[in-house]
Amino acid sequence: MRLYSRVRLLLVLLSLAAALGLPLLTYAPNRLLTGQGIALLDLLQGGSGLRWLVLLPVLPLLLAPWWRPAVLRERLVYLAALWLGAALWWLAGSEATLRAGGEDALARVSFGGGFWLLQLLLLLQLAEALQVLAGGLPRRVLLLLLAQLPLLWLLLSGRLDSLSLLREYHNNQDAFDDALLRHLQLVLFSVLPALLLGGALGVWAYRSARFARLLFPVLNVLQTIPSIALFGLLIGPLAWLGRQLPGLGIAGVGLAPALLALSLYALLPVVRGTLAGLQQVPPAVREAARGMGMTPWQIMLQVETPLALPVFLSGLRITAVQAVGLAAVAALIGAGGFGAIMFQGLSASALDQVLLGVLPVLLLALLVDVAFRLLIARLKGADDHA
Amino acid sequence: MTMLELKAVNKFFNGWQAVADVDLQVAAGELAVLIGTSGSGKSTTLKMINRLIEPDSGSIRLAGEDIRSQPPEVLRRRIGYAIQSVGLFPHWTVEQNIAAVPSLLKWPKARIRERVVELLELLHLPAAQYLSRYPHQLSGGQQQRVGVARALAADPEVLLMDEPFGALDPVTRGTLQQELLRIQALSGKTIVLVTHDIDEALLLGQRIVLMDKGRVVQQGSAQDFLLHPASDFVRDFVGQSDVGVRLLGLDTVASRMRPLQPVSGEPIAASATLREALSAFVARRVSSLPVIDAQGQPAGVLHFADLLPVAA
Repeated sequence: MRLYSRVRLLLVLLSLAAALGLPLLTYAPNRLLTGQGIALLDLLQGGSGLRWLVLLPVLPLLLAPWWRPAVLRERLVYLAALWLGAALWWLAGSEATLRAGGEDALARVSFGGGFWLLQLLLLLQLAEALQVLAGGLPRRVLLLLLAQLPLLWLLLSGRLDSLSLLREYHNNQDAFDDALLRHLQLVLFSVLPALLLGGALGVWAYRSARFARLLFPVLNVLQTIPSIALFGLLIGPLAWLGRQLPGLGIAGVGLAPALLALSLYALLPVVRGTLAGLQQVPPAVREAARGMGMTPWQIMLQVETPLALPVFLSGLRITAVQAVGLAAVAALIGAGGFGAIMFQGLSASALDQVLLGVLPVLLLALLVDVAFRLLIARLKGADDHA
Repeated sequence: MTMLELKAVNKFFNGWQAVADVDLQVAAGELAVLIGTSGSGKSTTLKMINRLIEPDSGSIRLAGEDIRSQPPEVLRRRIGYAIQSVGLFPHWTVEQNIAAVPSLLKWPKARIRERVVELLELLHLPAAQYLSRYPHQLSGGQQQRVGVARALAADPEVLLMDEPFGALDPVTRGTLQQELLRIQALSGKTIVLVTHDIDEALLLGQRIVLMDKGRVVQQGSAQDFLLHPASDFVRDFVGQSDVGVRLLGLDTVASRMRPLQPVSGEPIAASATLREALSAFVARRVSSLPVIDAQGQPAGVLHFADLLPVAA
């Protein structure tokens, strides 16, 4: 047998190590105590015989490294990884129902290291299969999203409700919804002003090299201030401003300083993206536009903007993803968002509550990233053919 | 009628004089070539005509009107402009590119479409095939054809061309030079073309203007340049040792051939230059060549001695 994919072999070996060496779940009598590990093999032996079905797709995954890549086989790998991923969620859910079911049970079943590692490795298996199966980015994203449908069904059908993470969600549902809304506000209302101001500064920096030489050191320094320090630095001036201008909602803590700090961080990548986008417009194109009698505004709107857009959006993508992450830290000065749930969990040493704050941030960042990538791919695609 | 008139035009860049006291007149329907080494001021002179560069002193008149009497954008829409790197808009189709100036002038859509198709046919790019292509799907030569079509789109009074064929391979360049001559003969456009290639200037220029260090050194016809160079600089520029051959390049076989006599051998086209005929004499080791016309019919005979002009 010839080994076709070293990557897959590595993934299989790591998966085996994770499945056998790390606990898949943990069990604790209440939410604050550290849990005891439950291994995959113990899980399979408990409960109904149905649980052994989880292992059904293991064989193709084990054999895949020695397969010559072909569409049919990659489909099998895709389905196997999808099945195994969903089955692990189901297994966790049903074990949780068994051990900690019931509305008022204090016992908690949480995810162990093995669970997260296995899910990550399975995701990589999916990505490997999609390299062969899906040509463009949109198809790849679609197939990745499709692979999450079983998980969505498990979630909505309540089969995962007894897991500690979901219990935390149900206990904090209102706070969670508020946090989601606030987090989105923080991202949107920091990126938007940065977009307008940064775009203008970028255009200006493009027009005047002297201004660019002044601007970039300032922005670079801003970027290097640790976020917590910047939040802290803004408390004093903003509190003073709030006292001078009462009634505008300005205060040293809360939304105002958070939005200001996040906007400042978002500025550098936006300005860079704008400048880089404008700089890669070929000078000949600009000269031709001028020579045929376009006004400066027409050149800006009809020529420079569309040509700079893909690079500009790449800059904006980095900005938005960064803002999603940084907004979590803004909870420290009382701005709310998922950071609030996270820090609350940290101070209570309730690990699953921390996860309840971290996972949505991760997911949000991924979604923003993918959305921008799709948009940029679409713009470039429109240039290539259409 | 004088279409274009430059009077005592000067331009300084940071104290360095790029263009010095340039006087120039281009008649309507004339193809003038500005030639010179790089830094001679030829490109700067060209760009002052459509106000991409503003002169420091002197006056420039287009069709009798001072070019400063209207906003630069309005002026530029009356003047076609084609450059070496073409500068097609990469995000626009061929059709949108050619339609750029007519759109700026707010022509009706149907008229624009009609004009674009007409120009594509003129430049031998079948419209059905090329209208909706993007610039990166074209070869260098095709891009420059579209560039020329775009410059001609709004039927400008004057066409300015800044080394339009400089980036092309010799074969494509030759083809496009012939097409420019054809278009000019067809449309009677006034054209000002900048080049540093003396052969291009001799081939295209009805009036050749040689510039050096910002000044006009000599202007006149190709014959003037080859037979009566005004200075050693001109003589060197024209290529002293090749003057004879270049002179032959100015005339066609048709102008020197004799009436039909039976001569054997591979024939030469009546439209070929005498320079090509010389090459054929030497390469084929013959002293006379049968000449055929455009239809391939025998038209006459050219003898080696005919290459020498009858005492002028």
